[in-house]
Amino acid sequence: MLTPDSRSIRIKGRSFLAVVLTPDLPFDDWLVRLDDLASRSAGFFLARPVVLDVAGLEIDRTDLKALIAALAERNVSVMSIEGARHSILGPGLPPAIKGGRPVSEDAVTREPVAEPRNAEEKPATAAVPQPLQSLIIREPVRSGQSVMFPEGDVTVIGSVASGAEVIAGGSIHIYGALRGRAMAGSLGNASARIFCRKLEAELIAIDGIYKMADDMDPGLHGQPVQLWLDGETIIADTLI
Amino acid sequence: MGKVIVVTSGKGGVGKTTSTAALGAALAQNGDKVVVVDFDVGLRNLDLVMGAERRVVYDLVNVIQGEAKLTQALIRDKRLDTLFLLPASQTRDKDNLTTEGVDRVITELKRVFDWVICDSPAGIERGATLAMRHADIAVVVTNPEVSSVRDSDRIIGLLDSKTLKAERGERMEKHLLLTRYDPARAQRGDMLKVEDVLEILSIPLLGIIPESMDVLRASNIGAPVTLADARSVPALAYFEAARRLAGEIVPVTVPGEKRGIFGKFFGRKAA
Repeated sequence: MLTPDSRSIRIKGRSFLAVVLTPDLPFDDWLVRLDDLASRSAGFFLARPVVLDVAGLEIDRTDLKALIAALAERNVSVMSIEGARHSILGPGLPPAIKGGRPVSEDAVTREPVAEPRNAEEKPATAAVPQPLQSLIIREPVRSGQSVMFPEGDVTVIGSVASGAEVIAGGSIHIYGALRGRAMAGSLGNASARIFCRKLEAELIAIDGIYKMADDMDPGLHGQPVQLWLDGETIIADTLI
Repeated sequence: MGKVIVVTSGKGGVGKTTSTAALGAALAQNGDKVVVVDFDVGLRNLDLVMGAERRVVYDLVNVIQGEAKLTQALIRDKRLDTLFLLPASQTRDKDNLTTEGVDRVITELKRVFDWVICDSPAGIERGATLAMRHADIAVVVTNPEVSSVRDSDRIIGLLDSKTLKAERGERMEKHLLLTRYDPARAQRGDMLKVEDVLEILSIPLLGIIPESMDVLRASNIGAPVTLADARSVPALAYFEAARRLAGEIVPVTVPGEKRGIFGKFFGRKAA
């Protein structure tokens, strides 16, 4: 038998930039045009996650499989399918994806052209820093409700019930009892913290490192507590 | 225009139907016109508790589908002539309830009655969401144990999101009715204490109904407990709850405790 490993499992949300290919019918003609593009910029699709957008195309599973095989021959590996009917997806095909947001074409096409040598070459969009956002909830978060705010901090004026969850890209502040789940720094922010008036949480996570109720110091149960990350460990201490 | 009340809980077996009948009969004894509506299509019980099971001809589904008029489906109570029952269908299921149909029935009932009390089925599906949809006031029936409290919390979340009031951006008035409360067991720590439940749910307290054989006895003879034995302990607790529902200020006493906790709890608004 294997000895149990005490290291925790890391679960994180992370966003990646994917190239979205939108083929059109007939596929043979489209592939010819794709080959033409590939011959002019060799290796464009190499080692890149590619999402296939088939929304609005009248195709069945066989067509889709053939297209994916044709793309594989060209070293284009499809990691996901967008806009497909559920009926045409299944085992052996990449999973469905949705909720993608468009980015400027600049960001997609510039990247592969070697590393920018100096600051001037960086896309202009990256230069403007986004102000930190915050979300304030003025009532208790009830069981079964889920608050998700990857853009920044979440403040709850009230309690977070057992079976409710709050997920924030930044820190989480709860002016009440935390009985459900709180996940701070969900997009990878190790400096995010969790604060609550009364700690009775089912699960706490910061930057993908999590702690279950049983792993928490029983002495902190019911106390006003703040939690933060020190390396790979969640530290908890009472708030004065 | 009458007030629409939904009696709801999420969890089954906590006392929704008993409370609907008891509150309905208590309000009707003041001379108000009251109708109790069973939304538990397929698993109807309110007719039994009201002692009207042998008088059901047409039901809510018949009215919604236009097979009967509302006046044909309403059953007048034999003991109280201001109390009416609109029974559920036992042979159909909840898919027969349509949003437009329920809309029409409730609007019509509101015009005639002072109180329309909707007995919600357990769960959070169609039957339960339609029962709460038109409510002005929600009575959340909860037992002093963790699973019931958590289900009630879930229901309160739905009351604030899936009702007409919520869609119009108004706030639903919500009250907690703590049922099957056993002071001895609460003292021993086998049950949640009143203050624990109030702390978790943070809605105002409408009343505490003690666990009692009188409730079971009343159900078995087919009478709301407020009609079967109006001087029993649970009946008195329901009468007080009905007065609070009508807007009167009546101090709440926790069974087994001498001093009132009115100042401590009833006046407190939701956090």
